[in-house]
Amino acid sequence: MTEEKKVQKASEILVDELTKERGNGSWLQRLGQSLLIPLLAVLTGLILGAVFIVITSEDVYAAFGRSFAQGMGEALGIVWDSYSALFTGAFGDPARISAALQSGDGETIRRAINPFFESLVASTPYIFGGLALALGFRAGVFNIGAEGQVFVGAIFAAFAGYAITGLPAIIHIPLALAAGALGGALWGFIPGWLKAATGGHEVINTIMMNYVAFRLSEWLLSGPMKRPDSFNPVSPTIEESAMLPRFFGYPIRFHLGFFIALAVAWFVYWLLFKTTWGFNLRTVGANPNAAKYAGIKVTRYMVLGMTISGALAGLAGTNEVLGLNYNLALAFSSGYGFDSIALALLGNNHPVGVVFAALLFGTLRNGSTRMQVSAGIPIDIISILQAVILIFIAAPAIIRALYRLKEEKDTGGVQMISGWGGN
Amino acid sequence: MATTALRRELEYISPTRRRVMGIVFVAAGVFIWLLFARPVGATDFTTFGLTPGGTEMTIGDLMFPSKMTLNAAAFLCLALGGYQLARGFGKRTNLILGIVALVFLFGFLAWAAAGGSVNIAGLLSSSLVKAVPLTLGALSGILAERSGIVNIAIEGQMLAAAMVGSILGSVTGNGWIGLLGAIITGGLLGLLLGWLSIRYRTDQIVVGTVINIFATGLTSYISSKFLQTYQELNFTSIFPRVPIPLLSDIPFFGTLLFNQNIFVYMMYILLIVLNIALFSTKWGLRLRSVGEHPRAADTLGINVYRTQYMGVILSGMVAGLAGGYFTLGSVGRFDEVMTAGRGFIALAAMIFGNWMPFGTFGAGLIFGFADSLAAKLSILGVNIPSEFMLMAPYIATMIVLAGVVGNVQPPAEEGKPYIKEG
Repeated sequence: MTEEKKVQKASEILVDELTKERGNGSWLQRLGQSLLIPLLAVLTGLILGAVFIVITSEDVYAAFGRSFAQGMGEALGIVWDSYSALFTGAFGDPARISAALQSGDGETIRRAINPFFESLVASTPYIFGGLALALGFRAGVFNIGAEGQVFVGAIFAAFAGYAITGLPAIIHIPLALAAGALGGALWGFIPGWLKAATGGHEVINTIMMNYVAFRLSEWLLSGPMKRPDSFNPVSPTIEESAMLPRFFGYPIRFHLGFFIALAVAWFVYWLLFKTTWGFNLRTVGANPNAAKYAGIKVTRYMVLGMTISGALAGLAGTNEVLGLNYNLALAFSSGYGFDSIALALLGNNHPVGVVFAALLFGTLRNGSTRMQVSAGIPIDIISILQAVILIFIAAPAIIRALYRLKEEKDTGGVQMISGWGGN
Repeated sequence: MATTALRRELEYISPTRRRVMGIVFVAAGVFIWLLFARPVGATDFTTFGLTPGGTEMTIGDLMFPSKMTLNAAAFLCLALGGYQLARGFGKRTNLILGIVALVFLFGFLAWAAAGGSVNIAGLLSSSLVKAVPLTLGALSGILAERSGIVNIAIEGQMLAAAMVGSILGSVTGNGWIGLLGAIITGGLLGLLLGWLSIRYRTDQIVVGTVINIFATGLTSYISSKFLQTYQELNFTSIFPRVPIPLLSDIPFFGTLLFNQNIFVYMMYILLIVLNIALFSTKWGLRLRSVGEHPRAADTLGINVYRTQYMGVILSGMVAGLAGGYFTLGSVGRFDEVMTAGRGFIALAAMIFGNWMPFGTFGAGLIFGFADSLAAKLSILGVNIPSEFMLMAPYIATMIVLAGVVGNVQPPAEEGKPYIKEG
């Protein structure tokens, strides 16, 4: 490509990027358009999930063996049972809530509405993780190492939580949060710097850093950070002054982390869309060549993008340590870093979208626990749903074909990377 | 001549790198002398066992004075480093680096087993076995990436294949059918990767991640819903060791290399076949040209999409074979997430081996050795946390990728979807 063409293409992309944010048509239309694909993807995912539940159910096969009608009845029944368990697991059982409200007993009410708050609790790390990935994608880096950053963030936060004593909560909590963010930032900075300095692709380097982080946590928890009086690889409990406050009494675990996550989401939004810095970052992500010709220091923004992305992922781990577990245990993260990739794409790499996507995933994950207990559907169904939704988001052409939607100009999927190793 | 110029350019070692390497060699020597040779008692002897398990043939153990040998090893590294600093080994630098690394490892073992013994043959044998899924996984990566498609779904493909292999093997009572099922499963997931990234031009990393999430979810779902209740579905026979006549009678190396199960032999065969196919046949030239410059390949009449489909499907099949190793070649049953990130280490081995079949085998052996050694450390009474040993492959890969040791050369156009013109 000649220089001239490069510049021309770059300016086109910049204009596209600008109009995308301003948009055309009424805001309602724009909202509808941007929500269409994600909603259809989720819906299709749930339908396919139902199909999957049916075809792996022995009861359904047995019922079909008796008669077709019985088979269909059983199939619908099992889907109803599963998804209603998912719903009550995620939001609480309406009948139980109204009964609890009538009884007027505090703890009974709290128990009845607890599932809803548990969903929020489960969503919180997803918000951080999704923001991490989204910011990375905006800067043109694929931070597949969020999982490792979650771990390192948690390690730093746990250490700051138990090793520093005698501080008031007002100082200790921000300090521990900052430590967690710092840990994640460090783990994001290294691959970012390697990319800038040597061209080593961040996808490979972050995958490697993930495993280094796992091994590091294994070592720390079996040695230096191990609780002295415990046989299990667990860190000491953090100081009370570092625990994120909970808002309601037992058993509701809903804590300050959720609001911190919302505040961080707002901050990321402000950073990306209201500052020159964010504009530059997005330009680097949208078209590094254009950014270079516009005089933006591309590599610096890539490193910064990875670092901030890492810090956000680190906060996901921090949130779990300071808000829920109060200590660091082996394999405490159930793949937040990897799920976050799906989240960021589902939320169209926009902080607001990410928050909603995180709420959806948190709700699904929390509800699926109930589904496992009462309907016998293994919790892993959520991963399958997630994968299916992610495919539809990443290849919208499939959804368009399924629902006979009008084709957009470009049928290609989302592109994030351009080879690795070299640059 | 252009090729000569190119070769000279590829073999060019910058003065900085020459010096860095020299310092690395010297540092290795100093390290061996300070930390290994000095603490060892003057009268200690190290014994290396040379008989791997699973054979009746025994050969004598290798016994040598620890301190003297370690001093010699340190001296060798220092001498090599000195020469490198003064004159430079030129294009043989990487070879020398390999030798220094081996000497260093030898020194480490001699020190760890000073006054005792370590079964080198057992260690090497288990390294070879552990290298099998890594090498096969890396070969799978090569097949896809040489055709321009990034396959980070190796992990997921192995996992799904491992489960199908175990179930089919258990139901039919025939390991070969299980293996066939595993290979087909891998191939189908390869096809999925190809379909989404070629037909829909979806980001290849995203598709790979999706397949990994999907395979993990699916196998864990089926495992906890069925395999734990019906254990007869997950109880397959394991392929036995098959000593190859004559070859396995060669002392030491024969018993080490040719008294293994069929997965090891299939790895040998694939290594050789793939090496020839990639670099000495028209097929390989076409595959590589698609990965390097699809537009040019297209102009010359090569069907880019078909070639890429072939690449990813073959890649998936090889990953499936690697997956079959876990259940049919090693454990005999499927456990949730049993691949435990081997697919990603395979990816690392692929890069480490510079996208070359035998290079990745070497990388697989090194990684397998690190893994085996980590398990042995506590037995040897060495006070190094095994976790650091297990970290080594990842860190080494990052160093290689950063171009410190040498330049790795990925296929030029991988990861980018090819859009046919007109």
